[in-house]
Amino acid sequence: MRFAFTDDQIAFRDAVRELLEKECTPAHVREAWTNATGRIPGLWEKLTDMGVVGMLAPEARGGLELTMVDLVLILEETGRCAAPEPIVETAAFGVPLLERADRTVATARTLVPWADTADVIVTEAGRFERDAVELVARPSVDGARRLFEVRGTPAPVDGDAIAAAFDRAVVGTAAQQCGLAQRMLDMTVEYTKERRQFGVPIGSFQAVKHHLANARIALEFARPLVYRAAATLDPVHASMAKYKADEAALMTARAALQCHGAIGYTTEYDLHLYMKRSWALARSMGDGRLHRSRVGAAIL
Amino acid sequence: MDLSFSPEENTFRAECRAWLEVNVPRPALPSGDTRAGFTAHLEWERALFEARLAVVSWPQEFGGRDASLWEWLIFEEEYYRAGAPQRVTQNGIFLLAPTIFEFGTPEQQARVLPKMASGEQTWCQGWSEPNAGSDLAAIQSRAARDDAVGGWRLSGQKTWTTRGAFCTHLFGLFRSDPDAERHHGLTYFLVDLASAGVTVRGVERLDGDEGFAEVFLDDVFVADADVLGEPNQGWAVAMATTGSERGLTLRSPGRFLATAQRLIDLYHSRGDDPQLRDRVVAAYIDAEAYRWQTFWTVTRAVEGVRAGAESSMVKVFWSELDVRLHELALDLLGPHAELLDGDTGAWMKGYEFALAGPIYAGTNEIQRNVIAERVLGMPRR
Repeated sequence: MRFAFTDDQIAFRDAVRELLEKECTPAHVREAWTNATGRIPGLWEKLTDMGVVGMLAPEARGGLELTMVDLVLILEETGRCAAPEPIVETAAFGVPLLERADRTVATARTLVPWADTADVIVTEAGRFERDAVELVARPSVDGARRLFEVRGTPAPVDGDAIAAAFDRAVVGTAAQQCGLAQRMLDMTVEYTKERRQFGVPIGSFQAVKHHLANARIALEFARPLVYRAAATLDPVHASMAKYKADEAALMTARAALQCHGAIGYTTEYDLHLYMKRSWALARSMGDGRLHRSRVGAAIL
Repeated sequence: MDLSFSPEENTFRAECRAWLEVNVPRPALPSGDTRAGFTAHLEWERALFEARLAVVSWPQEFGGRDASLWEWLIFEEEYYRAGAPQRVTQNGIFLLAPTIFEFGTPEQQARVLPKMASGEQTWCQGWSEPNAGSDLAAIQSRAARDDAVGGWRLSGQKTWTTRGAFCTHLFGLFRSDPDAERHHGLTYFLVDLASAGVTVRGVERLDGDEGFAEVFLDDVFVADADVLGEPNQGWAVAMATTGSERGLTLRSPGRFLATAQRLIDLYHSRGDDPQLRDRVVAAYIDAEAYRWQTFWTVTRAVEGVRAGAESSMVKVFWSELDVRLHELALDLLGPHAELLDGDTGAWMKGYEFALAGPIYAGTNEIQRNVIAERVLGMPRR
C-alpha cells in the first residue's frame, strides 16, 4: 500500500498550477463571463501543448498514455482557478471514449456547458457532431459556464463505454470541487487575517475560526476518497468521492461567504466566481442524492 | 499509488481473523467500566497477549511482533469486525506507551512495557483536575522535591480519570516548579496507585458505570526512576501523548467501519425504512472517508512525515461520526431506542459512550481552535 502521488505526478501538477496562476487569474475568469465563448482565449491551446488535454490518450494518438491518478491532480488545479474550459469533459470523459486527443468534447447528463465551442457533444441520448445539432442557450448562475440544450438526432454510443466515461467525469468533477474548496478556504483565511473589527482581525474570533475549521475538515476527508476513486475507477468509489467533494465545496462556499460578510456578497469581489462554480458542479455529473443512491444500491 | 496490501499483510489479516473468530468471547463481556467487567476484560487481554496480539506494533522484546503501521491497521479492522471487546488497557498501550517509547529510559521501557502489554499493570491518565479541563496548563497538583530519598512527593487531585477505580497505575502531570506558570515547570510522573497517600473514589458516568474516578494524592512518594522525560519538561512530553490521543492510534478506522456495518444490519432488521436510507448510506461513506484519510496519513507517516496539528481534524471527525452513527441507530430503533436490554440495548450504551468523544482528549471546540490557528494559520487573538 502506498496511498500517495509520485514526485513526477506532483511536479506535473505544480507545472500546471504555475501555468494556471498566470493564465487563469480571476481577471481572466471575469473576462470569460462577458466574452463570446465563456472560455479564456488561448488557454486551451496552452493546456494542449502541456499535454494536459491528451493525458489519457495513447502515445500513438498524440497522448501521454497516463492514468486518471495522474489526471486527478491536474483537474483539482483547474477547479482551484475555476478554469472555464471543458477540461473534465474532454480530458477525463471524452479522450478515452473517442480514443483521440484532438477533439474538444462537451458533455452532461442534461444541460451541456460549452457545447457551442466543442467538436463533439455527448449526452445520455447519444453522440452529436457539433454542426449537426441545434443548440439552445440557457443562462447559468456561473456566467462562464455557457449552457445549452442540445437538440438533434444522436448517433448511438456504447453504453458501457459511456458509463465508464461518466464515472471518470464524476471523479474529475469531484477533484475540481476539492480545488474550488481549497481556493475559497485560502481566500477566506487571508481575508479574516486582514479584516479588522472591534480592533482585532476577525480571524481571531472563535465563531469565524470554527466555520473555517469545519470547511478544512470536510476537505481533509473528501480528498482521499477522490484520489482513491481515481485509482480504482470503481463507480461506487466515484460516487462516494463526488458526494463528499460536493459537500466540502458547498460547506466551504457557505462558510467563505459568511466569513467575508458583505464584501463577499458583491460581484466586485472574486469569491463569487468560485462559489457559483461550486454550486453548479454540485448538481452536475450527478448530485449528492444520485450518488448516495448509487452507493446505497451497492451496500444495502 | 498502490492500493493493495502485500501477500504478507493478507496472511497476517487471515491469521488475525481466524484467531479472533475462535477466541472472541460470546456472549459479549459485561462493560469493562465496572469492576466485574474490568476483571473479565483483563482475562481477555491476557489471551490476546499470549497470542501476541495485544500490542502487535511493539517490538518483540516488549510483547509485540514488530508489526508495521499497516499491519496494525489491519489488526484493528479485524478486531472490530469480529466484535471483540473494548480494550480496557487502551490508555496505557495507546497513550502512555508511545510516550515511553519516545522519552522513557531503557530501564523504564523494560520495567513498564511488558507488564502493560500483558495487562498485569493497567494505566489510567491523570491529567484533568477540578480546575483544569480543556485548559490543561492550569493544573495545580504539586510535586515537591525530596532530595533525602531521591524522589518527589505528589499532592493534589486528579479527576474524570477513566477506569481510575480499577487501574493499578496512573500517568500524569504535576507542577514541580512552584514559581513557574502555565505549561512551564511541569513534570510527567508514573504513579503506583497502591502507594501510601493515594485515595481513589469511583464516579458514576452518564451510562451508570463507575467508569470515572477522582484520584486524591496526599504526599505520595514517587522515585526519580518514575519521572518520564526530564523534570520540568512535562508539557513537551505530554504533548507527544495528545497527538496519539487525538489521532489514529486511539480510534482506528476499523471501529467505525464495524459500527457502520452493524448499522446496515440494523437497518435491514428494522425493515429498510426508506426515510432513513439516505442517512445510513451517508454514515457508511463517512466511515469509508475516515479509512482512506487514515491510509493517506499512514503512507506519509511510513515515509517519515510526522502528523502535527492535523490530528485535531481527525479527532473532530471520528468523534462526531461516532455520535452520528449512534444517533442514526437510535432513530432506526424508534420507540425501542431507550431500551437497555435485548439485542439492541447496546446501541443506547454505545450512544452514551460516543457522546463523550467530542468532550475528552480536548473538546472539539479546542480542536477547532487548533485547526484554525495551527493548520490554517489564523490569528490566536
